[in-house]
Amino acid sequence: MNSYATHHKRLVKVNPAWVLLAPSLLVMALCAVLPLVIVINYSVQDSFAGDQFYWVGLRWFEEILHSPDFWAAALRTLVFSLIVISVQFTIGIFVARKLFLKHRNSNFFIVLFSVPMLTPWLVVGFLWRIMMDPDIGPLSNAIQLVGITPDLNVVSWAWFTIIVMDVWHWTGLIIVLTFSGYLSIPESHFQAARIDQASPWRTFRYVELPKLRKVLIIALLLRFMDSFMIYIEPFMVTRGGPDRATTFMSLELIQTASIQFDLGKAGAMSVFYLIVMTTICWILFRAMGLGTQSTRSSG
Amino acid sequence: MKYWARKKWSLTVVLYACFTLFPIYWMFVLSLQPNALNSSGLSLWPSSISIQNFAVSFVKADWARGYLNATVYACLNVLITLIVAVPAAFAFSRYKFIGDKSLFFWLLVCRMIPPAIVMLPMVQIASIFNLVDTHLAVALAHCLFNVPIAIWILEGFISSIPKEIDEMAQVDGYSTLRFWQKILLPQIVPGIGVTAFFCFMFSWVELTLANALTTVNAKPIGAILKLVASPLGGVHIGLAAAVSILTLIPGILVAWLVRRHIARGFSMGQIK
Repeated sequence: MNSYATHHKRLVKVNPAWVLLAPSLLVMALCAVLPLVIVINYSVQDSFAGDQFYWVGLRWFEEILHSPDFWAAALRTLVFSLIVISVQFTIGIFVARKLFLKHRNSNFFIVLFSVPMLTPWLVVGFLWRIMMDPDIGPLSNAIQLVGITPDLNVVSWAWFTIIVMDVWHWTGLIIVLTFSGYLSIPESHFQAARIDQASPWRTFRYVELPKLRKVLIIALLLRFMDSFMIYIEPFMVTRGGPDRATTFMSLELIQTASIQFDLGKAGAMSVFYLIVMTTICWILFRAMGLGTQSTRSSG
Repeated sequence: MKYWARKKWSLTVVLYACFTLFPIYWMFVLSLQPNALNSSGLSLWPSSISIQNFAVSFVKADWARGYLNATVYACLNVLITLIVAVPAAFAFSRYKFIGDKSLFFWLLVCRMIPPAIVMLPMVQIASIFNLVDTHLAVALAHCLFNVPIAIWILEGFISSIPKEIDEMAQVDGYSTLRFWQKILLPQIVPGIGVTAFFCFMFSWVELTLANALTTVNAKPIGAILKLVASPLGGVHIGLAAAVSILTLIPGILVAWLVRRHIARGFSMGQIK
């Protein structure tokens, strides 16, 4: 009743939450809302000579929705996301589980697994391009041992490289997050499972997995968002090629905006992109109960 | 059933660690070798060690400044993010207000806006405020993805502190300022550390926006951009490897500083 909160309320006469939120909302207005408004403004205009704008309504949206290139890029991005997320979660959960059960020097390994995440994205792309260099690249040389010479000009090898690269880059995040989930499982749960003589698989399925649920949702959301907007790393490896086989949505967008300087079309693509992303995230958010289950129940 | 017995080491973990480290190790070997793509084949051991590549990276003034610039804007970003995110996380954790849940969702939506989309508008906004080519511009731009993630992490930490502590502080006559200073902030130091680590990391690795917003004075890691991104990267491969290795160092240092809390940080919000 006479809580800290109500005491504060008497002085300010508004919900103190808004006072506390104001600085962050101001920053987000500046670096998220304002740029998006500008993008939406572009999307309904055509530019001429860079400084004259004409209202064109939804023409750009019609154009991109009828563009096979755009749909192909969108589909590629979705397929890429699904592949890397499934590989990363499989490896990530497996390694984190072993790391937790093993326990010794786990802090050291957590830092080690974070190293790829700490590498600038540009450098990640450069690194995996030279890893696949037919002469000096270790990955390429390893594959040549089997008698096949990988070639980045072949679609399957380009995809292979980008997927291995992304797995290297981001599996560490899944490991760190899953490991943190394991730390929160009370020891008594494991003891109970031991007394019941549950098999490792059943222990994982019925004791560990439910406890990891929340942290895995966080990981899934993060990985989905980031893999869906991947741009610089595949660009460094393949420049979007061969042909357009690794041109993902972000790259398509950047090229439209800053190379063709087609601001209206790029704006329309951005708006479309955001609608798709928001919808998918909202579904994930709801389906997994993050939005409904109160996050502010006190300890 | 020896399933729960604490083993000394696990093959899976060691193998995955090798997979993680190997490319970096190999890049390090490359960086120690004299410049150029002269080696006719794969070398996993430096044939001749020279630190020439590293020396060049430091002697060139604007290259060294690139590292400094990136460090400055990443730290500035961490500072701004923490200042705005801690109160916001407290609000989400402790108060109910109209639209609290949807606001939390929309903040997360901001986290997933690709830099590609907002790159050009941000340059325009920066030029309106006369901020192009300043560290502040990059630091603010990176708030786009760091503020939401910071609020998310910190909310978990603050929610893990029992609400009764707030009430006890009030009964004891603590002012708002003293409550934050003496009670709340000391309790969430690990959370602040982890948040700082993630914000620094995301700011450090993001070069698309940073590059678009800067020209000379605040340019990040110019050497990397020129060498690594150019098709000629292959010619100066040793040098490119050396500058790449140098970009890893700050992140690893920060990670090592908060190593005890990286994983524990995320687990705190889970215990509910």
